[in-house]
Amino acid sequence: MNNLKKNKLIDSTFKIVGMLFTSLGILILIILLYNIIRAGYTRINWNFLISLPSRKPDIAGVYTAIIGTLDLMLLTIIFAIPVGVGAGIYLEEYSKKSKLSTILEINIANLAGVPSIIYGLLGLGIFVRFFGFGGSILSGSLTLSLLILPIIIVATREAIKAVPPSLKEASFALGASKWQTIQKVVLPSSFGGILTGIILSLSRAIGETAPLIVVGAMAYVPFVPHSIFDTFSVLPMQIFTWTTRPQAGFAIAAAGAIIVLLFITFIMNGIAVYFRNKWQKKLQ
Amino acid sequence: MTEKISEMMTETPIVEKAFDGKFKLQAKNVAVFYDDFQAIKNISMDIRSNSITAFIGPSGCGKSTFLRLFNRMNDYIDGFKVEGKIKIDDENIYKKKIHVEQLRKEVGMVFQKPNPFPKSIYDNVAYGLTIQGIKDKKLIDQRVEKALKQADLWSEVKDKLKKSALALSGGQQQRLCIARTLAVEPSILLMDEPTSALDPISTAKIEELIHQLKEEFTIIIVTHNMQQASRISDYTAFFYMGELIEFDKTKNIFTNPQKKQTENYITGRFG
Repeated sequence: MNNLKKNKLIDSTFKIVGMLFTSLGILILIILLYNIIRAGYTRINWNFLISLPSRKPDIAGVYTAIIGTLDLMLLTIIFAIPVGVGAGIYLEEYSKKSKLSTILEINIANLAGVPSIIYGLLGLGIFVRFFGFGGSILSGSLTLSLLILPIIIVATREAIKAVPPSLKEASFALGASKWQTIQKVVLPSSFGGILTGIILSLSRAIGETAPLIVVGAMAYVPFVPHSIFDTFSVLPMQIFTWTTRPQAGFAIAAAGAIIVLLFITFIMNGIAVYFRNKWQKKLQ
Repeated sequence: MTEKISEMMTETPIVEKAFDGKFKLQAKNVAVFYDDFQAIKNISMDIRSNSITAFIGPSGCGKSTFLRLFNRMNDYIDGFKVEGKIKIDDENIYKKKIHVEQLRKEVGMVFQKPNPFPKSIYDNVAYGLTIQGIKDKKLIDQRVEKALKQADLWSEVKDKLKKSALALSGGQQQRLCIARTLAVEPSILLMDEPTSALDPISTAKIEELIHQLKEEFTIIIVTHNMQQASRISDYTAFFYMGELIEFDKTKNIFTNPQKKQTENYITGRFG
């Protein structure tokens, strides 16, 4: 067999293998979704969404958990995005190369891999005890913010790094200051990448249970939180609790809650992807 | 080597009849270091206004570094250090109080590869004006049109000003970059191999353009193309290994070079 034929064969083999792997991922997702929807679709109705949790599985709902999740995510977005993106911009554009900055970089990369329960303990020590916020939404969202900060910082830096230096030079050469260049050239060009990082990090935050258990999220919250200092529950917490209950009805309720959680995640990602695509189209 | 330089510096600067004695750009005993590496070795050069000066020399000879001294674009490179004086209109641009952003409005730069922003044609040209805080829409419109006309691009783009600049051809993009620079109304234009990424027709267009721009601007152009240097420039400076070997009227450099190295380079024996 000559080289040309061999290369062609390798080419098509890789294409088929790649396609198989890709469809494997999608297949597993479909099976997962199918199983959950089959188990939980009977519970998906308006009453389930607006009912409070209960001892009786048939009337238990996810209202407080949904509101808790939404509140928690909103606060996490408010805390984590400005700090994370800001830190990313600073590290990439302003900080001078030094030993300290190298140590900082390595640490941030490592922080992205620390188990989430460790963040929970940190949150318990700092926010719940030291600052005295208690097991509140505030403590929970601050803890989740810490958890996703490294992901946002790393993603922001990578996105900024991908902006061609020639564009920055052009901006400087026209008399732009550093901040003007960041604002008008760097951020618009890296917006898509930064948004991708934010999507990934928020998707992680919305599914976290362990750190919130440590911080003090409740499994049974019979009221909707009125302030950021109130106790709260979130969907993953509710799901976790229900799956540990012996009654069969709670297993169905848990499946229903999973569907709701997935739905919220998809909506959240969908909005972000929509904005990213719209932005990229604008740039072309 | 030092002998050679002092010998060069004692040579009287080129003086034409209509010259008022004031140089637009002056470099005095300039040395540039990147950490321990010396990129520019004791160069002095006087450039008069409304002239075109070509910088030639083999790759890595320091001509681009020297060019970028005039708008302080080397400031962003780690380990950069400059010694000596660079003066524009008799003002040292490396003194502490200088406003770098202000300086760059006076000294425009066009780069080797066309680098339009991923914005509309209009926004590209208006960029330098909007960052100055100019809000007057009419004024910006006028300046954009004027700059595009100066860059000989107006007739090609006037119906699609809101379209993305990235949709233009390479040659058009480079003229857009020139227009973007002209819109800020500088008095000096630095061009770093502006045609090296372009086809011959686009190159001819830009050379023609440079020739017209001489009326209003003082132009320095770095080029690897000997013919280009001889075609468009009034003065030519030959750099080698961080030194200025020879600086004279272009005619003299190409017909009667004083230094052996210059002759070798322009006749294509090395470089």
